[in-house]
Amino acid sequence: MRIKPSIVDKIFRIGFNALAFFTVGILVVIISIICVKGFSHVNLEFIFASPEDMGRHGGIFPSIMGTILLALLSIVFATPLGLGTAIFLTEYTKESVFTKIIRFGVESLAGIPSIIYGLFGFIFFVIQLGMGWSLLSGVLTMTIMILPTIIRTSEEAIKAVPRNLRIVSYSLGATRWETVTKVVLTAATPGILTGIMLSIGRVVGETAAVIFTMGSSLRLPTSLMDSGRTMAVHFYILAREGISMDKAYATALVLVLSITAINILAYYIMNRVVSRYS
Amino acid sequence: MIMDVKIRVEDLKASFGKQQVLKGITIDVYQNVVTGFMGPSGSGKSTLISIFNRMIDFENGFKMSGHVRIDGIDIIEKVNGVELRKRIGTVFAVPIPLPRSIYENIAYGPRLNNINDKDELYEIVKESLKKAYLWDEVKDRLTTSALKLSGGQQQRLCLARTLALRPEIIMLDEPCSGLDPISTAKIEEALSELKKDYTIILVSNNTKQIARISDYSAFFYMGELIEYSPTEALFTNPKIKKTEDYISGKFG
Amino acid sequence: MAFQKENFIKFILMVFALSSLFFLFLIFAFILIEGLPLFLKVGLKNIIFGFKWAPTKGSFGIFPMIVSSFLVTFGALVVGGPMGLSCAVYLSEYSGKKMKMLLKPALELLAGIPSVVYGFLGVIYIVPLVRNYLGGSGFSLIATSIILGVMILPTIISISFDALMSVPKSFREGSLAMGATKWQTIYKVVIPSAKSGIMAGFILGMGRAIGETMAVIMIAGNALKIPTSILDPLRTLTGNIALELAYATGDHRLGLFSTGVVLLVIIMILNYMANFGIKKKRLK
Repeated sequence: MRIKPSIVDKIFRIGFNALAFFTVGILVVIISIICVKGFSHVNLEFIFASPEDMGRHGGIFPSIMGTILLALLSIVFATPLGLGTAIFLTEYTKESVFTKIIRFGVESLAGIPSIIYGLFGFIFFVIQLGMGWSLLSGVLTMTIMILPTIIRTSEEAIKAVPRNLRIVSYSLGATRWETVTKVVLTAATPGILTGIMLSIGRVVGETAAVIFTMGSSLRLPTSLMDSGRTMAVHFYILAREGISMDKAYATALVLVLSITAINILAYYIMNRVVSRYS
Repeated sequence: MIMDVKIRVEDLKASFGKQQVLKGITIDVYQNVVTGFMGPSGSGKSTLISIFNRMIDFENGFKMSGHVRIDGIDIIEKVNGVELRKRIGTVFAVPIPLPRSIYENIAYGPRLNNINDKDELYEIVKESLKKAYLWDEVKDRLTTSALKLSGGQQQRLCLARTLALRPEIIMLDEPCSGLDPISTAKIEEALSELKKDYTIILVSNNTKQIARISDYSAFFYMGELIEYSPTEALFTNPKIKKTEDYISGKFG
Repeated sequence: MAFQKENFIKFILMVFALSSLFFLFLIFAFILIEGLPLFLKVGLKNIIFGFKWAPTKGSFGIFPMIVSSFLVTFGALVVGGPMGLSCAVYLSEYSGKKMKMLLKPALELLAGIPSVVYGFLGVIYIVPLVRNYLGGSGFSLIATSIILGVMILPTIISISFDALMSVPKSFREGSLAMGATKWQTIYKVVIPSAKSGIMAGFILGMGRAIGETMAVIMIAGNALKIPTSILDPLRTLTGNIALELAYATGDHRLGLFSTGVVLLVIIMILNYMANFGIKKKRLK
């Protein structure tokens, strides 16, 4: 017996609706579990104290600091490089074989999985350059890893700036660099900042590339050559070694909340500043 | 009366790729008058003025030959594009305010020239807005966003912006297209005043506007200069049939 | 004078731009420098098609891991592909603005959750589920596929969504005007038109899954044999590297780099296939 097409249509419509809710549901479930299980163990002491007994007790302050340091320093290096590349590709050259080759390089870097970055960072920074497991090795590795993201988002933001604004600036006697800095970058700032925030989120959540370059020392890193942990690494070790479920959930909560906050901030910046000037 | 020549063009030819846009233009633009460049779309008048301010440098595949001299100096060979544009102000067909305050829009040019003194800048902003017949309307809200102004106000803002650089030449490319009659009248009034101190080129497909406010008129068609003479003479007694047809609206 | 400054700036920016190529070269160079020697020493066939991984005893066979990587990826596609495509269809064809505004950030968040968290939750919840209802230790191909499937959902959804949205409205209108229902229009007209973009999304999802490390090592178990059932544990190429790098020395370490070379080659091929597919769609 053939089912009427209109009924089939209705079935699929309902099915698709359910599916969408299911997908959102997955997210809700994940966040809820972490919140519920971790909430009771996250308090001021957890955030500001150091871990004791391999993390069975105490807090995760050194890991939080390690995360912040790694993320911020990586951004400090990656932003000029990435922004400069984006400016070069959009404002200072025409599309040519040269630009295609550079774009190929950027796309390729973007496709490399994080464990390979871990391998590379390990053999190059840790071993070859003798930096050992250190904040510096981690920063340099992460800088390369987030570079493609910064380049991509910056390029998009710059390209979205209307051509007219550049014409006006040039016609008033501005040089190319003056036009770029005073008009184009100012207008592209929200998009660029969004890219930066997304990259920070990526560094915070990264484990494979970090553990093999920055190491996993429990102490608070006080210099570039010190090893340290990020929250993600600490969480992984807690889970792998089965050290403490409570602390693991708590760390996961702080970790996920941080990333969520960063993402929300990114989109807030994007939307707020855009509306101010258009 | 002997007029000073501000811009002297000699046999200027220009092409984009295979298409020839200017087919040998020779014209003298006089100082302190309003010169109207008129003609239908595609006649090359916009290309001509973008050669004057070297904005054409930003286009790809552009080739040209011939000479353009401003005050006797060849501006293609001997002058830097950036410096040139500080001496020539341009107002475009669509008003393009920068996404910043009215004050900062006007101050943009002077700041590029390292004028940063607050008082000096304020004087420049005030003077420029007055000359563009916009001061009274915005004097109380200089720090508000220029994007909130009406179309006509924005266009006068663009005019004021070029005036802030104290250029020698002002070029306007169809500045009143899309503006209401009152705004148009205000801009035309401003131009009539400004010509005392500046050399003004007005590009327009609106023959009535050219007839209204220009002192000299040049008719361009398909990349050639068909006729060029004092406005009154050209409009009452055009020497070439094509000019007559264009003015009387037979094509355009 | 200003001209010189401008040229200098352009030069600096160009150096910055070239840095990407430089880093790419550096990465490939060092991975290859460390990874190739073993291929020469032990033999390409013995590594890629070898069945035994016992690096301290001179065995560097990674074939089971290659197979496992592909199995896990395929499993992830089975789990995440249909669901992802369906979500994309929902987003582009059925949902209103409100749903779009809810789903888009939800997907971003889902994508932002670190893989270690996915792995952890997988161990706590999915592994026991498998163990109790299906058997085995729970650390299995199926558990890994489920978690990886969820992880690649955002990728598949967003690329498929873009592909579906770029199908011209007129295609849909034409089909509906001929009396087809919405669903018929979707599966007869819209999806086929968006085929290459959707495929590109799937291939990119594959690339993600095959390169995934942390979640996999937490859930897949650690077996060095080719899994014979979906309940068997396994080790992927990424897992091989991550589990042993910290303490490997000498040839053992070189073996891990050789694993890396194989992984890199596979992923690069997948990425170029995906990019080619996306560009082909754009050219249309």
